[in-house]
This record gives sequence, structure tokens and C-alpha cells, in this order.
Amino acid sequence: MAKLEVNNVNLRFTPKSGNAVTALDGISLNVEENEFAVIVGPSGCGKSSLLRLVAGLNRQTSGSITLDGKAVTKPGKDRGMVFQSYTLYPWLTVQQNVEFGPELAGMPPAERAVISRRFIAQVGLEGFEKSYPKQLSGGMMQRVALARALANDPEILLMDEPFGALDSQTRSLMQELLLGIWQQSRKTVLFITHDIDEAILLGDRVYVMTARPGRIKEMIEIDIPRPRSVDLLTSPAFITLKRRIMALIHDEAVRALT
Amino acid sequence: MSIDAYFAPKKEIPRHVYLTVSVTVGLFVLAMWCLLAYSGWVREDFLPTPVAVILAGIDGMSDGSLFRDTGISLYEILSGFILASIFAVPLGILMGSFKIAEAALEPITNFVRYLPVSALIPLLILWVGIGMSEKITVIFIGTFFQQLILIADVSRGVASDLLDVSYTLGASRRQVVRRVLIPATMPGVMDALRVTLGWAWTYLVVAELVAANKGLGYFILNSMRGLFTDRIFLGIAVIGLLGLISDQLFKVMRSRLLPWTIQS
Repeated sequence: MAKLEVNNVNLRFTPKSGNAVTALDGISLNVEENEFAVIVGPSGCGKSSLLRLVAGLNRQTSGSITLDGKAVTKPGKDRGMVFQSYTLYPWLTVQQNVEFGPELAGMPPAERAVISRRFIAQVGLEGFEKSYPKQLSGGMMQRVALARALANDPEILLMDEPFGALDSQTRSLMQELLLGIWQQSRKTVLFITHDIDEAILLGDRVYVMTARPGRIKEMIEIDIPRPRSVDLLTSPAFITLKRRIMALIHDEAVRALT
Repeated sequence: MSIDAYFAPKKEIPRHVYLTVSVTVGLFVLAMWCLLAYSGWVREDFLPTPVAVILAGIDGMSDGSLFRDTGISLYEILSGFILASIFAVPLGILMGSFKIAEAALEPITNFVRYLPVSALIPLLILWVGIGMSEKITVIFIGTFFQQLILIADVSRGVASDLLDVSYTLGASRRQVVRRVLIPATMPGVMDALRVTLGWAWTYLVVAELVAANKGLGYFILNSMRGLFTDRIFLGIAVIGLLGLISDQLFKVMRSRLLPWTIQS
């Protein structure tokens, strides 16, 4: 049994104006324990919708999603999520943001402080514990969002284009940071992106999605050894994989336009 | 910095230039007033001299009438405003984030808020008389529905991702409302209250002008009957001053209660 099992999931909805849309069509995928799985696809292919189903924020029309054999029916702290938009609580300091989950769970302040100190250090934000989100840059805010999700010790970490709103230099730094953290913790991750470089750099497995209706077109094993760094981006193995995925996505993008 | 640079849109100007311009315009208005009043170009019962207004102020303070009327107006406005806020803040937050509350409240709110409160005054006099409770009712009705709409918009504007991320951190629906939705609306709520307090002054004075035997509106109306323009000016100045003070108080409260909204 895989850690996360998505089995023949369909999602259909009817917008207020117009006809029924099939957003996801027969999606099946498994994410193993300690695996970093990436879903890459053109915009509008329904990859974010799929992640929201796994998070339990929406319900699929049919099919099943199980985590550790238990059916997903509603959101829960076993599936921590990092969004593309900035979702820090502006009225809480960095430390209070990171401690939000443990505090909800009723953990005493001293224990919470140990945890938040650890994860704030891991994302390299020592010295900013008392800062408010408004005082941070976009990249720093996403680091806090990552620390906040990790501090809650979820079974799986769901990341919905978390670096999508950042400039490209900051994005590379964030990718390296995430690689480093993942190398230590080996947290099971399901990561959504439209950025092929990002998908190959981070993932053990990359699922390529097609648009309208959203389907898994192909699963590609990324057999590049770890630890990895952004230097990979120019290696021959990387280029070969990139060419393959680009071709798959290109067909899709063209099909979506025509 | 050349003079030309002071006229570029959205550009900063030196502080001393800013202050000089503000003070100059203020002095100019005062000078025009003095010119018109002291030269005799405008009759004194139309435009009192600044000194006459100050003397009227001293008069009003020494016989206590100014304090009495100001106190009564303040009491009425604060009662009406606080009462409206107590109901409008929670209901507005619900209305903006819960469709069921929106369905229940929005149609009626939209109907009532386009009714000018002044149109309701005769009816309210019939129902509650011309005492303080009528003024409080006018202010309540005038501010409550406006607050409701403004605060519902604030609540509607809270990003749903902010609520969703809280669910994934293990929050229950109750906790999401209490610990996320409500704090997220606070800056907008404070701004809505600040704006509506200004409107509350308008309703108060309208109500007092129509029918009252005390309060600042009455003070102004009564002065008109005797052609005491200096006292009319005084009454207007006091209302302006109180508005300014309450606005400043709101500003201070906001930065004290919501320090996290300040950019630094």
C-alpha cells in the first residue's frame, strides 16, 4: 500500500454560466512514503484542483483518495499545505505563525517554542521571530509558510506552486533550500508546478498532466542521484529529461490553444 | 530641487515646503475672513469677526451652555454609534462570509440603506418623541446599515486561501472563524467604524436641527433665531473640532490595537 493513493478520480462541475466541465478525468497515482512526487502541467490542466482534493478542501465527483489507507473526506493536519498566494496570518509574528498548528493542537508554549525555533532555523530566518509578515519579502514569507506547514509534522506535504509568485533568483534559492530540508527530513511531498526545471530538480517522480480534461499523460522517474543542487540544470541527464517533458507538454499546450 | 519638481504627480516634496504650503493656505483663509469681516464689506450679522467667535466661545464656556450642549451631543452620538457598532460588526462579518447570512440580511439592508435617515425623522419623532432616545435612534439607523454593508465587504475580501490553509493546519470551522476570519477583518472594521463615525455626526446635527431643545444642533439653530452668527460659527467649529479629535483617536487606536498593520 502506498502512502497516498489516488484512484480513478474524476472531478466535474457546472459553472454558473455554461456547460458542465470535466476538470479531472480518471486520475490515478501513488505517492510512496518518503517520496517527492511532482505534478507538472500547463495552466488550467486541473493540477491545483487535484491537490485541493487531496487536501480535502474539495470533494471529487467520483473515485477515491486515501492517505495511509484512510479515505480523505475533509481537510486535516495530516496533510499540510503551502499555497502559491501568501497565506501567513498578518496579525501574528513569524514565530506565532509557525506555532499556529501546534497551538491549535494544545501543545504547551515551551514545547512549541522548541519546535518553532527548529523550523525557523531550518528555513534560515533566525532573528526574524518577532517580525510581522508585512515586514518580510515574498521569499521570506514563503519560507515561513513552509516552516509553518512542517512544524505541524504532517504525514504528507502538499505544495501548490509555492514559488510561482517569486522572481527567478529567489525561486532558485527557495528550490535549493527545499532540497536541503527534504534531504534531511525525507518528508513525503506532493508538489505542483508548471515549471519543468523545477519538477525535474525536485522530484523523484514527475507526473505530466494534460489539459481539458485533466489526465495523467505520463509518469517519468527522475533517476538523478541526490543530493541535488541547481548546478544540475545544465547537466546532460537533466537536458534529456527536460526535452522529453517539454515535448509532452508542448503537444498539450498546442492542443489547448487550437 | 527645482520648483518644477514640486509639481510632479505622486512625488515626495521636502517637509518644509509641505508645511509652508499648508500654513500659508490656512493663514490666507483666515486673512480673507478678517478682511471681509473687519472691512465692513459683509454685515456683522452675516459674518462675525474671529474675535467675536472667540468671545462667544468664552461666553458659552462661562455660562456652561456650550459644555452642556456639547456633552449632550457627545452622549447621543456615542450611544447611537456604539450601539450600532455592537450589532453591525458581528453581523457584517457573518454577512460577508456566510452565504446564508447574506441571503437573510442583504436584501433588507440594501433597501434600508438607500432611505435617507432624514426621511425617517418625522416617523421616529412620532414613535419615540423628540428626546435623546430619538437622536440615538436616528444615529443608530443611519450608521448601522452603512456599517453592515462596509463590514460585509471587508469580510468578503478575506482571502479564502487564508481560511483553507488554516483547515490544513488542523483548525475546526469554529477555530477558523474565531482565530482567522475575525482577526483578518479587524483593520477593515476599524476603517469602517472611523468613516461611519463621521457620518454619525451628520445625522446627529440633522436630527437636532429638526427637533430638539438641547445639543449642538439646537445650539446652532437657536443662535440663528437671534441672528447670533458668532454663536453659529462657534457651534460649527466645535463640531469640526470634535470630528477631528475623534478621527485622531481612531488613528491612535488603530496603531495601538493593530500594530501589525504598520509598514516599517
